[in-house]
Amino acid sequence: MQVKRIALYLARRGIVLFLTVVAAVYVTILIANMGGYVDEIIKSEVLFRVSTSVYQNPAYRGLNETALKKLVTELYENEIKRLGFDQPFFIRSFNYLADALTLNLGRALFLSSDSGSRNVRIILMERLPNTVLLFTTTQLILFFIGLFGGLYLSRKYGSRTDKIVSLLAPFSALPGWFYGLFLIIIFASVLRILPYGGMVDIPPPTDRFEYALSVLRHMILPIMSWLIAYSFFNIYTRRTFFLIFSKEDFVEVAKAKGLPEDLVRRRYILRPTLPPIVTDLSLTLIASWTGAVITETVFNWPGVGRLFYEAAALFDTPVIVGLVVIYAYLLAITVFVLELVYAILDPRIRIGVS
Amino acid sequence: MSSIIAEGLKSVASYKSALIGAAIILMLVGISIYTVAAIPYDEAVRLWRAGEQTWIEAPRNAYPTWYSYILQKRLPETIIKDSSKPELGVNKVIVPAGETIKVLRIEMSFAFDYDDIPSEINIFYTVRYNKSAPQITMTWIKPDGTEIELRKFNPGSDGAYYLSVDASLASREVERLVNKFGQRPSYELTPTVSLFAVEDRSILERDTVTVMKGVYRLSVEGLLLDPQSDFDLKLVVYGKVYGWAGTDHLRRDIGIALLWGTPIALTFGLIASVSIALIQMAIGAVSAWFGGVVDNFIQRVTEVFIVLPFLPTLIMVSTLYKIDIWTILLVVIILLSFGPGVKNYRAVFLQLKESQYIEAAKAFGAGAPRIILLHLVPRVIPTMIPAIVYSVADFVFLEAALAILGIGDPRTPTWGKVIEDSFYGGALFKGLYYWTLQPAFLLLITSLSFALVGLTLDKIFNPRLREV
Repeated sequence: MQVKRIALYLARRGIVLFLTVVAAVYVTILIANMGGYVDEIIKSEVLFRVSTSVYQNPAYRGLNETALKKLVTELYENEIKRLGFDQPFFIRSFNYLADALTLNLGRALFLSSDSGSRNVRIILMERLPNTVLLFTTTQLILFFIGLFGGLYLSRKYGSRTDKIVSLLAPFSALPGWFYGLFLIIIFASVLRILPYGGMVDIPPPTDRFEYALSVLRHMILPIMSWLIAYSFFNIYTRRTFFLIFSKEDFVEVAKAKGLPEDLVRRRYILRPTLPPIVTDLSLTLIASWTGAVITETVFNWPGVGRLFYEAAALFDTPVIVGLVVIYAYLLAITVFVLELVYAILDPRIRIGVS
Repeated sequence: MSSIIAEGLKSVASYKSALIGAAIILMLVGISIYTVAAIPYDEAVRLWRAGEQTWIEAPRNAYPTWYSYILQKRLPETIIKDSSKPELGVNKVIVPAGETIKVLRIEMSFAFDYDDIPSEINIFYTVRYNKSAPQITMTWIKPDGTEIELRKFNPGSDGAYYLSVDASLASREVERLVNKFGQRPSYELTPTVSLFAVEDRSILERDTVTVMKGVYRLSVEGLLLDPQSDFDLKLVVYGKVYGWAGTDHLRRDIGIALLWGTPIALTFGLIASVSIALIQMAIGAVSAWFGGVVDNFIQRVTEVFIVLPFLPTLIMVSTLYKIDIWTILLVVIILLSFGPGVKNYRAVFLQLKESQYIEAAKAFGAGAPRIILLHLVPRVIPTMIPAIVYSVADFVFLEAALAILGIGDPRTPTWGKVIEDSFYGGALFKGLYYWTLQPAFLLLITSLSFALVGLTLDKIFNPRLREV
């Protein structure tokens, strides 16, 4: 009975999540194709390709001008039909949607990978490790700083460190890239000990160890800028969160019972606060996957955020849709897994109280 | 409700940091009012988009004037002498020397008492004649008496003599120094340097070259060959400082953008944060109040918007339509109206919905709009204010971020625009830090002051936070 209820609940949530992904991807397709503008670009590119190939083909040299033009029109219409452009956008948009949802990401219109490929998947996979390396690392560091700093301060509440952190928290109103500007000025322009940006020295070192060292050197400033920007606020909010929780009645009762402080902290504060913290961590990690457009621009980091920006500026629809669909899937899967875990853990769902 | 706000204001005063924040906000509002009154928007846009012609008499990449105090030396300011506007130190005489021929003599002198060599020298001239153009010879006389012939020419039409980049003058100068000291300068000597440097061996090294102080003269002799012929010139010795904010790579006064950036940043930030919060709250209230299908629909739409990547979508829309800053603002509001905030407000309203006074209102037969607008919303507004104030900073930075990505409004001078220009102008490589740091500093104090006030309001309006 219980298993059936949980399964039913999860199935319903699964369907809803999937529909959300479908809707989000469809909206992206609509926006990215805005006003048929992108179609016009593709059509003119096809016409250009077809006419160059006809006019440069020695086999057609004998033909006169009208015959050549007729041939071009014919080939162009074939090509348009092959690409599916003869159908109205409304129908095509659903073809795009189906392709996107089955992760058939297709080829980019303008962008290409460093290896020269137009395949969206290859372009994406080339950028993804860079972004994960930088931002997932940063987010993990930030998360643990916030967690342990918050726990520590909630114990030392009212101390000098606590006051300093509270005082510094408003500085998180400035985004990471903004601190990046200052760090670049200090460490790259004035002191000249760290690079201005990029991911690796130019030319890249051939030795593997040197290469890794060079990448690490390039990671210092972006990571530092985010840590400066968000650490204090993270610690501050976590501390407040723990403090509010430690005022709950059941914690007071546990203390009144005379339980050791360590046990109270572990079992009565940390355990009930764990689900929101885990949710927070997983969603942050998924979001870190899309990179940070502006930080990557400021530090010239070749990541997914930069790719997103380049694709948006060039209206490279397949790349944009590809990025959104992967992000949407990952987000939906994460949310689903979290709900699965909570469905098993949360007694309200287990026994069917809505 | 008014008593809550009055109470709130009283407690704000008891927090020092909030007071500082409020003072800065007031100052920024004052600057905005002054700017809007002093420089009309169209004028600001015109000046910012004007290009070289409007700014031709301003130095390129000049430091702000206050740099002189920091560096403890007097950096040169721009000196302009115009022969058509007689003043002390500018003399123009035309003497007849035959039936049609006249002799023209222009003498310009100016005292140069600065500790550094100017950045650039240009001479702009206007000429009038019927058949044959006048013959003009220009000579530069340094304070120690050294005479340097700059150029001998027949100006056919109005024009400019870009002295600093005159290659033939540069090579003649090198030759002159070789004759004088028997050695070539060890660096690429520009005319600007050789016209202003002390005439001894120090001129041969880049590191030792020093500026010669004293009275400089520009002497122009000309033969006017027609009766109606005339010739005038304007000497511009570009300084290394300009105004209170310096200039950029297009000689524009950065001060204009810094001033105009203030009202734009404040309006953009305030409108965005207030309207997004209000719309999200309204949607949350509707969702919570009606429940059922309406609730379900709104929640699903919200989730779709959460999945949509905000910044890339905004980039796409703004690149496609090349929109101005106020349309960008509208798009931002639309994209964020269904943001995660809707879920928070919905949760708050769900709790309130069950409270007794709402039940009482229902019992009195109040309709849904009345209950939502008069009973639910006023209860939530005080708790929203901190978040609204706090998020102003986010939107101020959003505008700057869009400008840095190069997709902001290209016409309007804003702080972000200046930072972008400084990036592409290589400010960080060339050491022109004022260019990046001034707008950055303004961004910093603006967002910091809103954050300080916001966090304090949060403590006041959310008593649970006040305890801890």
